[in-house]
Amino acid sequence: MGIERFWIVVGVLALSAMIIRISLSSLRRTRWQDYLIRFLLGGSVSLITGMIAKEFGPVIGGLFLAFPAIFPASATLIDEQEREKKREAGISVTLRGRFAVALDARGAALGAIALAAFALLVWQELPRHETAWVLSAAMALWLITAVLLWRLRKLHVYVSRRGRRNA
Amino acid sequence: MDLFWRFLVGGFFVSLFAVAGDVLRPRGFAGLFGAAPSVALATLTITVMSKGRLYAAIEAKSMIAGAAALFLYTVACVYFIGARRLKAPVMTLGLLALWGLSAFGLWSAFLR
Repeated sequence: MGIERFWIVVGVLALSAMIIRISLSSLRRTRWQDYLIRFLLGGSVSLITGMIAKEFGPVIGGLFLAFPAIFPASATLIDEQEREKKREAGISVTLRGRFAVALDARGAALGAIALAAFALLVWQELPRHETAWVLSAAMALWLITAVLLWRLRKLHVYVSRRGRRNA
Repeated sequence: MDLFWRFLVGGFFVSLFAVAGDVLRPRGFAGLFGAAPSVALATLTITVMSKGRLYAAIEAKSMIAGAAALFLYTVACVYFIGARRLKAPVMTLGLLALWGLSAFGLWSAFLR
């Protein structure tokens, strides 16, 4: 990668860091049972993936490494939390929960593309290099790819809205 | 013992990324963590220790097909929940069948 491209990537990541914020209020809204459910689901999927690989081999087992383990549970939680917020504001019927889930799913779609990049790097490099190094590099690649795709998506939305306004 | 560690480490990584998805905003950015390599990190680490790096690399190759299926699954979620306004819990669970069909379809076409 040329030095100019490197700085472009750094710039985009820095710009993204300015937009991203942490909201601790959602943690207060989440019940401990929700964390327990996600822990159990995650543990179960990892366990089942190992059992499938043992029974049917690594090719079939590998498919389940990208199984949407907690997405349905997280989506249900987001839907409930958004509806609860509206209920507290006195609004009983709302589509806000569904839109929030759809937005979350849109992010996950970009994350899935980055997940393919993660898998590609592990597949190519794991036989030749140390495991800790390969998994750390793959994790970094996932994060950078996901953030860049998210920024590109935001830029695309901005440019197309501006184009429509000027037309 | 291997299965116990798989369960524990898998649950830990999935919970970690789930918390990241909960606290980060905007929502679209937090959504990225819905497709974080949580199960993969846990499973690959333990697989390398028990079966070796070549075996884990074969799993990672198949994971590309799984990730493509995950992409189709999430795009379908966006369409049915966001555009068609169907119920989120029903659709996210129901569309898991689409993930299964896509993953095994890709396996059958390219990996078998």
